[in-house]
Amino acid sequence: MTPWLTILGVVPLAGALLISLLPTGRDLLAKQVALGTSLVVLVLTIVMCAQFDASSGDRFQFAQSYDWIRTFGVHYAVGVDGIALVLIALIAVLVPVVLLASWDDVESLSDGADAPAASRKSVKSFFALLLVLETMMIGVFAATDVFLFYVFFEAMLIPMYFLIGSYGGPKRSYAAVKFLLYSLFGGLLMLAAVIGLYVESAKVGTGTFSFEALTKLELSHATQGWLFLGFFIAFAIKAPLFPFHTWLPDAGAEAPTGNAILLVGILDKVGTFGFLRYCLPLFPWAAREFAPYVIALSVIGIIYGALLAMGQKDMKRLVSYTSVAHFGYIGLGCFAFTTQAGTGAVLYMVNHGLSTGALFMVIGFLINRGKSRLVGDYSGIAKAAPKLGALFFVSGLSALALPGLSTFVSEFLVLVGSFQRYPVATIIATVGIVLAALYILLTYQRTMQGPLSAVHATMKDLNVREVAALAPLIALMLFLGFYPKPVTDIVNPAVKVTMQDVGAHDPAPTDVATAAESK
Amino acid sequence: MADVAVLSAQKVTYVPATGALSALWLLVVLPAAGAVVLLLSGRASAKWGPYLATGLVGSAFVYALVCFFSLKGLGERSVDLHLFSWIPVAGFQVDAGLLLDPLSMTFVLLITGVGFLIHVYSLGYMEHDERKHTFFAYLNLFIAAMLILVLGNSFLALYVGWEGVGLASYLLIAFWYWKPEAATAAKKAFIANRVGDVGLSLAIMVMFTRLGTTSFQGVFGSGVHGGTATAIGLLLLLGACGKSGQFPLQTWLPDAMEGPTPVSALIHAATMVTAGVYLIARSTPVFSASPDAQTVVTIIGAVTLVIGCLIGCAYDDIKKVLAYSTVSQIGYMFLAVGIPGAGAFAILHLLTHGFFKACMFLSAGSVMHGMGDQVDMRRFGGLRKAMPWTFGCFTVGWLAILGIPPFAGFFSKDKIIESAFAMGGTRGTILGIVALLGAGITAFYMTRLMVMTFFGERRWTDGQHPHESPWTMLGPMVVLAVGAAFSGLLLGPTHGLQDWLRPVLGEEVVHREVNATLVSLVTLAVVALGAVYAWVAYGTKAVPLTPPVAVTPFTVAARKNLYFDALNESLLMRPGQYLTRFLVFVDNRGIDGAVSALAAGIGGGSGRLRRLQTGFVRSYALSMFGGALLVAGALLAVRLGQ
Repeated sequence: MTPWLTILGVVPLAGALLISLLPTGRDLLAKQVALGTSLVVLVLTIVMCAQFDASSGDRFQFAQSYDWIRTFGVHYAVGVDGIALVLIALIAVLVPVVLLASWDDVESLSDGADAPAASRKSVKSFFALLLVLETMMIGVFAATDVFLFYVFFEAMLIPMYFLIGSYGGPKRSYAAVKFLLYSLFGGLLMLAAVIGLYVESAKVGTGTFSFEALTKLELSHATQGWLFLGFFIAFAIKAPLFPFHTWLPDAGAEAPTGNAILLVGILDKVGTFGFLRYCLPLFPWAAREFAPYVIALSVIGIIYGALLAMGQKDMKRLVSYTSVAHFGYIGLGCFAFTTQAGTGAVLYMVNHGLSTGALFMVIGFLINRGKSRLVGDYSGIAKAAPKLGALFFVSGLSALALPGLSTFVSEFLVLVGSFQRYPVATIIATVGIVLAALYILLTYQRTMQGPLSAVHATMKDLNVREVAALAPLIALMLFLGFYPKPVTDIVNPAVKVTMQDVGAHDPAPTDVATAAESK
Repeated sequence: MADVAVLSAQKVTYVPATGALSALWLLVVLPAAGAVVLLLSGRASAKWGPYLATGLVGSAFVYALVCFFSLKGLGERSVDLHLFSWIPVAGFQVDAGLLLDPLSMTFVLLITGVGFLIHVYSLGYMEHDERKHTFFAYLNLFIAAMLILVLGNSFLALYVGWEGVGLASYLLIAFWYWKPEAATAAKKAFIANRVGDVGLSLAIMVMFTRLGTTSFQGVFGSGVHGGTATAIGLLLLLGACGKSGQFPLQTWLPDAMEGPTPVSALIHAATMVTAGVYLIARSTPVFSASPDAQTVVTIIGAVTLVIGCLIGCAYDDIKKVLAYSTVSQIGYMFLAVGIPGAGAFAILHLLTHGFFKACMFLSAGSVMHGMGDQVDMRRFGGLRKAMPWTFGCFTVGWLAILGIPPFAGFFSKDKIIESAFAMGGTRGTILGIVALLGAGITAFYMTRLMVMTFFGERRWTDGQHPHESPWTMLGPMVVLAVGAAFSGLLLGPTHGLQDWLRPVLGEEVVHREVNATLVSLVTLAVVALGAVYAWVAYGTKAVPLTPPVAVTPFTVAARKNLYFDALNESLLMRPGQYLTRFLVFVDNRGIDGAVSALAAGIGGGSGRLRRLQTGFVRSYALSMFGGALLVAGALLAVRLGQ
C-alpha cells in the first residue's frame, strides 16, 4: 500500500530542504522550486481524493501506523476521514496560490534590491518556511494519534511565528508574540488534557494515544467535562471563538498577506476541525452538556465580529474580524448536532478558506500598490484598476455568502441545520447576513467607488500573475456554489459518524411527524 | 372559506418536461452566457457586445413563445425539469430544477419580452457610454437571475435568483459608481433587500424543520396549516416587502433611480420589484391556509399604496415620482394578492403595470435624453411639441395608469378596488375606500407630472435644444404603449388570464356581490377629480422654478418622504454606529487589555525588538522543553503506577 499521507507530508519538507541548499542569490529558483513542490502536493492530493472511497465503512483511509515511542504507546499514526481529506485538499489548493500571490512580497519588504544587504530579508527562508508550514498543516489534519496531533499542533506555530515575526508589518513582533502566547496557553491546556486521556486509558488497559482506541473509552462525566474543556479552550483560541479572538486581528493585520491567508484560512481551521474530531467523539456527554454555551458564544461572535469589522479602519483587521463572525457560524454548525449543520460547518471551513483567501489576497494587492492598510486612504480605485475592483467585489460577495457562490451553500446548511435545535440562536445568526452585506459593501464603497483620488489615478491594475493567483479560488467558489455534491459526498459519511459518536439524531420534520401520528 | 378547500384539495402534479420543453434550461443559459462572454472579454466587446446581449435576450423571448405554445397544448400544464442534485445532505435534499407552469410562463414572457425591448432601447440610450458592454453584461445577468427566480422549482432555487437579481440591481444602480449618490443608493437597495432575505431564509428554515422539504411540490402538497402556515406566510411577506419596496422597506426604491433609466424601467418598475408579488402568488397554498397572513398582506399593500402616492405628489424629480408611483402600484398588487381569490387580478395588474410603467419610464428617459439628463420637472414644460412621439407614448401610459377605459389600467385596477369592496365587512370597506382614494391621488400626481413636463410654458435651462430620440429608443416605447393600451382589454374582460392561471392560483371566490358598474363609475369620478385638480393647480398658472416654501406641514413631510429615511437614520444607523464604536473601544481596551499588558510586560518597548524576538524563541523552546518534561514525568508516573 502506498503511504500517501506520509509522501504528502514529506514532499514539501524535501522542497524546503532543497531551497535551503540553494546557493545565495538564486531567489527566483527558490521560488520556482517552492511553487513546483506545492503543485506536486496538489496533484498528489487530487489523486488521493479520486482514490478516496466515501462509501467505505472504515473511519480512516490511507491509514498507517508505526510505533514511535513504544514505552508510552505513542504511534506515528496517520489517516484521513472525509473531513480531514477536504481540509488537506484546501491546503493543497491554497499553498500554491499563496506562493504565487506572495511572489514579490519579500523584495518589496526590503525596499527593493538596492537596500543594504543587512536589512534585506531572505527570500529563500520565506519560501522554505512556507513549505515547512505546509508539512505541519498536513500533519495536523492527518494525525490519528492524539500525541502526534499535539506535536504537529505546537510545531505548526514555529514556522508561522518566524513568518509573522520576520516578514510582517510594523507591529509584527508584538503580533507574533501575542499569537504565540495565546497559542501556547491553549496548547498547555490541551497537553494536560492529552495526558489526562492517556492516564484514563491506562486505568483500563495499556495506556494509548490512538484516536480510535480512545473513542471507545468510557469516561466518567466529571473527567469528560475537564478533558473536554482542555481541548475546547485550546481549539477555541485557535479557531478563534469569541471571546478568545483578540490575537487574530493583530496577527492577521501584521502577518504578510500570504501568511495571513494560511493563518486564517487553514491554521484556524485546526480549531474547528478539533471540535469535530476530538471534542465531540471523545467526550460526547460533555459536548452535549456544553453545546448550548458554545452555541451562545458562537452567536455572540457572529454579531460581535460583524459589528467590529464595520468599525475597523485597517482593512486587514477588518477581514480578520469578519473571520471571527464566520467562525461563529462554524462553531454553531459544529455544536448544533445535526447532519446538515455539521456538513455545513465542514463546507464552511473549506469555503471560508477560499473566500477569505481571495479577500486577503485582493486587499494585499491593493495595499502593495497604495502602501496603506487604511480604508480611508482609498477612493474610487475601481476607475483606475477595474480588474482589481471587480475581483475585490467578487471576493466580497463570497464573504457575504451570495447564493451561487459556495459560501452560501455552507452558510445556509449551518443555519437550516441549527434552526431545528436552536431556533432563537439561529434567528440571531441569520441577522448576521445583513451585517455581512453591510461590512462588505461599506468597505467596497469607501475604497472602490466614489470619485478617484488624484494620488491613485495612475494605480496599476492587476497583472497576469495576480489574476492567476485569484482566478482558481473564484472558479472553485463558483463551481462549488452550483455543484457542491463532490465535496458533500466526501464529507457526509464522516459527519454522520461524528453525529453517531455524540449520540445525536437528526430531528424529523415536526408537522409531518404529528400528521403521521394522528393518522 | 371555499377557496381554502379548493386549494388544499388541489393536487399539484408536475409532469416531466418533454419535447421543446426539455431544453427549458436554455432560457436561463442564453442570457447567462451573454453576461459571461461580455464580462470576460471586457472592452474588446464594446462594439459587438451590446448586439450580442440583445440578440440573446431576443432569442430567449422567441424560445419562451415556443414554450408557451407547447405548454398550452398540454393537458397538465405544470412541467418539471430536473437538472441535477444541488445540495444533498441527509434529510435536506435540494435539487436544481425548473418548473414551468402558467404562472412562471406568464413571468417568463414578461421578463424576456419587456427585457428584449429595453435591451433595444438601451442600444440607443447608452450608445455614448464607454462602458456600455458592461452595462449590457449586467442587463443579461439580470435577465438570467430573474428567470432563475421565476423558474426555480423550490424555495431555495428561487432564493438563488432572488439574490441574483438583487446583485444585478446593485451593479446597475451603481453603474456610474464614481457618483457617491449612486454608490450609496445601490448599497441601500442591497441592504434593504437583505433585510427581506432574512425573512425568506427563515421561511425556508421553518419549512424544512416543520415540513421536511423546501420544494414547491413538497411544501404545497404537505397540507401546511395553522401556525406553520402563518409563520411561513409572514416570513415570506418580509422577503417580498424587501424586494418589492413595500412598507416598511420602501425607501430604497426611489433612491435606486440613480441608475440609468432603462434599468429603472426594467428592474425597478416592470420586473424585479414585482418579484414579491410573484412570491406571494406562488405561495398561494400557504397563504390560503392562513387568513391572518393574508390580512397582513392586504394591510401592507394598502398602507404602501397610500404612502407611495402621497409622497409621489410632493417630488419634482420625474424619475422619483415614477418610482413612488411604482411603490404605490405594487401596493395595489399586494392588496389584491392578499385577497382570497383575487390573485389573478394582482397578476393582471402586474402585467398591465409592466407595460404602462415601463412605457412611462422609457418616455421619461427619452425626455432626459433630449434635455441633457435633466430630471427636475420644474425645468421641463411645453415638451409636447418638441418630442411628439415621446409625448404620445407617455400619454398612453398616463391614460392607462389613471384607468381610463379602454386603456389597460382600467381593467386591472378597477378589479382590485372591486375585489376589496367585495370582501365585505369593515375590512372590505376600509380597504376598498383606501384603494379608491389611492386612484384619485394617483390621478393627481400623474397629471401633475404630465402637465409640468409636456404642457405649459418652457422653463428649460439655457442652451437646451430638446430633440426627439432615435428609433432604437422610440420603437420599444411604441410597442410598450400598444401594450399599455390594449393588454388590459385583451386579458381582463375575456377572463383569459384568470382561466390560464387557475391551476396555480385556484378558483375565484365571490364573497359578496358588488355592483361592478357602480364601482367603476365612482372610481372614474374620483380619478377625474384628481386629474382636474392637478390641471387647475399646475396647468392654469405658471409653475415656479423653485418649489414653493410656504406649504402645509403635510407637504413638507411628503417632500422628506414622510420622514422614513430620518426615522431609519435615528433608529438604526446612528445607534448602530455608536454601538460599533463602543465595541471597538471595548475590544481594544477591555477584552484585549489583560493579554496586551502581559505581552508588553514580557516584550517591553519597541527598541528591543530584536532581542525580544530571540528571547521569545528561547522561552518558547524552554516551554516546549518544560512541556516535554511534564509529559515524560506524567507518563512515567502512570507506567510506574501500573
